[in-house]
Amino acid sequence: MTNANDKGPTRGRLWFLIPLAAFFALAVVLAVGLKRDPREVPSPLIDKPAPKFALARLDDATRVVRLDDLRGKAFILNVWASWCVACREEHPVLLDFAKKRAVPVYGLNYKDTRADAGAWLARFGNPYDASFFDEDGRVGIDFGVYGVPETFVVDGNGVIRMKHIGPLTPDVLANKIEPLLKKLDA
Amino acid sequence: MGRSAPAFARALVAAVVLAAGALAAAKEAPPEAADLAIEARMVRITSELRCLVCQNQTIADSNAGLAVDLRRETRDMLKQGKSDAEIVDYMTARYGDFVLYRPPLRATTALLWFGPALLLLIGGGVLVFTLRRRSRMAADAFDPDVEDDDLDPLDDAAATAARSAATPGRG
Repeated sequence: MTNANDKGPTRGRLWFLIPLAAFFALAVVLAVGLKRDPREVPSPLIDKPAPKFALARLDDATRVVRLDDLRGKAFILNVWASWCVACREEHPVLLDFAKKRAVPVYGLNYKDTRADAGAWLARFGNPYDASFFDEDGRVGIDFGVYGVPETFVVDGNGVIRMKHIGPLTPDVLANKIEPLLKKLDA
Repeated sequence: MGRSAPAFARALVAAVVLAAGALAAAKEAPPEAADLAIEARMVRITSELRCLVCQNQTIADSNAGLAVDLRRETRDMLKQGKSDAEIVDYMTARYGDFVLYRPPLRATTALLWFGPALLLLIGGGVLVFTLRRRSRMAADAFDPDVEDDDLDPLDDAAATAARSAATPGRG
C-alpha cells in the first residue's frame, strides 16, 4: 500500500469494500429470515369477510348456527380439538379471558367427536359461549386452519381482523387481541 | 377342524353379516381410486401444492390429516368439473401463495424470480470489467511469477524435520 507507483490513489479505493458490504447485507437478510417462524403462514383471509358456515352446536346437534347469527359484535373464534395437546396448554389462558366477558368467545371444534369434545370441556372447563361442531374439518379449511389451536378475531361486520396461530398466551391477549378489540369497540 | 355343522353355519352367517356391513361402509366411502383419471389429475395438482403441516412435503405426499382432507376436497372439486386453476385458487384463497411450490410472478416475488439471474449478471459484469482493466495494464504492474523458495511452507517443514532428525539425544 506504500507503493508510490500506484496511480490515482483515491480512484477505486473503496471498491474493495463492496463485497464486504454485500456480505453484511446478505448476513442481515439471512439472520432476519432465521428469526422468522416458518410455521406461521400469513393468512390471506385477514381483512376479508369470514367464510360463511352453518354448523350444529357441539352441545346440541339440532341447533345450527350460521356466521350471520354471530354478526353485530366483534367475537373471538378459537379453533380447538380434544386431541390437540397445545389446546390444553392455552386453555387456562382462554378460560381467564372468557371470564372477563369482553367479547363472545366461540369455539370451532375441529375434526373431533362430540363425546371426546364434551368430555374434554367437562374436565378442563368451558370458556366458550358456544362451540360449533366441524366434524369433517371443511369449515376449518375454509378458515385456512392448518394447525390447532388457531384463534381468529372477527369484527361486527363479519370481517376477520386478526389470526393467531398456536396457543394463546397472556402476552398475545394483552398486547395484540385486547388492543384490537378496544379499537373495534371504539 | 372338528367343528360341528351348526357352529360352522353360525360362523358363515356371521361372516356374511360382517361382509355386508363392510360393503355398506364401502358404499358410503367409495374406494379413492374409483376414478383413475380424476385420481391422476388430483395427484398432479396436489404435487404442486405445499402441505402446511409438513411443510417440506407436497399435499400429494403428506399423510397429515389436513393433506388427506385437501386431497379429498380436490377430488370433490374435480368431480364437480372444476378446472385446475379454480382448485389452485381455492387453495391460495385459504392458505395464501405459501401453498404454491411455484410462486407466482408478482412485485413482491420479482427478486425471488430474477435475483439469481441478477447476481449472475453482476458477477459476470465484475469479471469482465476486471479482466478488461487488467488487460489494459502495463506488464510491470504485475509481480513477476518467480518461485520464492523461502516462502514454501513444505520446504520449511522439510528443513525443520531434517534439523530435528539431525539433533542428537532425542527419542
